Amino acid sequence: MFGAGGGTSSYREIEETDCVLLWGSNARETHPIFFHHLLKGVRRGARLIAVDPRRTTSARWAHLWAGLDVGSDIALAHAIAREIVAAGLENREFVEHATSGFEEYRAAIEEWTLERGEHETGVPAAVIRDIAHAYASAPRAMICWTLGITEHHNAVDNVVALINLALLTGHVGCYGSGLNPLRGQNNVQGGGDMGALPDRLPGFQHVENAPLRERFERVWGSKIPPLRGWHLSQMFEAMEHGELAALYVIGENPMSSEADHRRTRRLLTGLEHLVVQDLTLTATAEAADVVLPAAAGWCESEGTVTSSERRVQRVRRALPPPAGARDDLEILFELARRLGHDWGRPDPEAIWNEVRSLSPVHAGMSYARLAAEGGLQWPCYDESHPGELFLHSRLWERPVRGPRAPFSVVAHDPPVDRLDREFPIRLTTGRRLEDYNTGVQTGRYAYPRRRGESLDLSPEDADRHGVRDGDRVRVVSRRGSVEAPVHVDESLRPGLAFMTFHFPDQVATNVLTIDATDPRSGTAEFKASAIRVEPLER
Amino acid sequence: MSSDPIWFQPAPRPSRVPEAPALPERERVALTVDGREVEVARGDTLLEACRKLGIDVPTLCWLETLTPVNACRVCVVELEGARTLVPACSRKAEPGMKVLSDSTRVRRARKVVYELLASSVDLSTAPGLDRRMAAYGARPDRFGAGATVARPVKIDNDLYVRDYGKCVLCYKCVEACGTDAQNTFAIAVAGRGFGAGISTEHDVPLPDSACVYCGNCIAVCPTGALMAKPEHELRAAGRWNEAAQTVTDTICGYCGVGCTLTVHVQDERIVKVTSPLDNQVTHGNLCVKGRFGFEFVHLGRPR
Repeated sequence: MFGAGGGTSSYREIEETDCVLLWGSNARETHPIFFHHLLKGVRRGARLIAVDPRRTTSARWAHLWAGLDVGSDIALAHAIAREIVAAGLENREFVEHATSGFEEYRAAIEEWTLERGEHETGVPAAVIRDIAHAYASAPRAMICWTLGITEHHNAVDNVVALINLALLTGHVGCYGSGLNPLRGQNNVQGGGDMGALPDRLPGFQHVENAPLRERFERVWGSKIPPLRGWHLSQMFEAMEHGELAALYVIGENPMSSEADHRRTRRLLTGLEHLVVQDLTLTATAEAADVVLPAAAGWCESEGTVTSSERRVQRVRRALPPPAGARDDLEILFELARRLGHDWGRPDPEAIWNEVRSLSPVHAGMSYARLAAEGGLQWPCYDESHPGELFLHSRLWERPVRGPRAPFSVVAHDPPVDRLDREFPIRLTTGRRLEDYNTGVQTGRYAYPRRRGESLDLSPEDADRHGVRDGDRVRVVSRRGSVEAPVHVDESLRPGLAFMTFHFPDQVATNVLTIDATDPRSGTAEFKASAIRVEPLER
Repeated sequence: MSSDPIWFQPAPRPSRVPEAPALPERERVALTVDGREVEVARGDTLLEACRKLGIDVPTLCWLETLTPVNACRVCVVELEGARTLVPACSRKAEPGMKVLSDSTRVRRARKVVYELLASSVDLSTAPGLDRRMAAYGARPDRFGAGATVARPVKIDNDLYVRDYGKCVLCYKCVEACGTDAQNTFAIAVAGRGFGAGISTEHDVPLPDSACVYCGNCIAVCPTGALMAKPEHELRAAGRWNEAAQTVTDTICGYCGVGCTLTVHVQDERIVKVTSPLDNQVTHGNLCVKGRFGFEFVHLGRPR
């Protein structure tokens, strides 16, 4: 946001904040050690507000739980914003000096009264009012979110709606306040920082910005395509149109993880050439023409990863990879050699130093400092720079340094997969504490209470369908159907069901999900499918 | 370029490096330990005063990441004017205190504490304790005919075992499971006297309890009463060999929090995962995936 692709705050700040809006995040289970920091804040008196359709194990720690309808996040954010403005709780000074576009924003949210908010979100007007007053009045306040915000067809708009709240109240750019996406994978932050985004070069530098691109071209001695590439969903579209015929997949299992599994399988198996580089023979690897066995990045190789607080830290080789498996770097170097480019021997530190020479925000992070200082947070401009504890402090300089932070007008747009008489139940998906993504890594350790995939139903819906814990049902969406046992879960409200995607061998949850994707981020709407439940014979 | 969206240009650098607000200066407190003068901040403990002077005070139930519970009494020191010995780990320093950290009375108290513990509990896997006991001349056999805490090892799951015959009731696991770290509250001390022990609710097996298998209790256990299963099994087979292990710090491969994992490897297999107590992200704590979710790394390796 505001030209930097990362969360604004550090974990230690949440211990000293006054109010936390945990929005679309079950951090208690998905980011357990971050939640330790959050609980310290709660024990010091911070007010915790959980915004989640489910009353999750995180929400159980909250002073206030807003159980909104899936996909009504923008409506809720707008209603909160309107109440803040109506009550005169916005930060006038900050809005005037550090932001732009406030009047248009105010006009856009004007219609979002508490009553309209309640009608669209299912959250009582009094609760929306409480959230608005708690967030705006807190001396320090944070918004933290996860995939409940971003796995929607309007993911970017959802994020923008939250950013607007922080701009309205001035809760960004100072200690203990901020906007924090909690990253789901150990290096999703670092991957983006290093340019594994369709429009970015290392250091979050835009590929279409000619002066920035030319610096890379000089060092690399080659031309870089001057236009952004495809994100994941666009790649699948390109496969659909025959524009993409070969795919090289490194450490990802799209066959199991992508929405609308049938379409995914058809497109991946229809490729002319599929190369998969992974630790195990994943479902995607099984469909590949070539499989390159890789080392486990976190314990069998050397390098760095970047966490949700922008902290770059060293990963180290604790043991050699098993026979036949090779480090990702070795594989890439060997591939380059066979394509006619001899890059020599792979040296992780030398590659990192090249990153430092090209990315100003990483320039100060030598391997020696990363080891001695327990990692460093970007931006870290030179060897004497400590790294930034929180971002965007420039917005509090007077006059503001650099461009103002813009309010963006976004509109509430409910999930694409509509509920109707035929598909009356909203299915949302997510993770459990003990398992991870498609289970490639977690499926092999003996968690004592692992119970496998289930369709989690509210007690009311279970009664209505005449099913009990363990009964098998058919779950049908507009794209396909699966069979799964029922698990009755009191954290769910009537009309809301939940599944994970941890056990694709038992239940291919993504047969059900919709591939309606956000046009900018390319993220599919995993959080909102419409289903019906058909009990099977006992 | 001014019409470009804000994300097109790199974010401008602030004119000052952002910092946390300065904490109020804490008042200084002057005291003497073993006749030597020392100054600490108000709120610091006698243990911190001793360590500042380089004085080695033993502890068992104390840990820098946990709230002191004053259970074990091995850290006691003599405080002039106090009737009883005081626990250094929790007693706050006050101006003008005169402390003796190694007097005859202190040494005798520590010796007897060690003797009572070692005569009733199996301390064979408590790291460093044998050296401590030797230093204080502790002879547990003096109490050898006394009652002992002998209990079968509890193995009710595949991740960690509980051998309460080794438990000194230091409360560390209870604290780590409770408000000091994990906030799960799966365990507490139940019973009285020799019947006292760490227990789940209604003493149910772990898989039926509130336990979420973070293993943060194992991380703080000072005697090896709580032990991850691979270590327990290797020890039982006589194959646990710390001298042959490598210990490497890396970052967890699961979620994006970035927890430092200290990976203990023996014979090209991960045998234990811990995290440094002084790590600013974890403070020594991990979740179940970070601590136990490494089995997939062993795929394709000889057993």
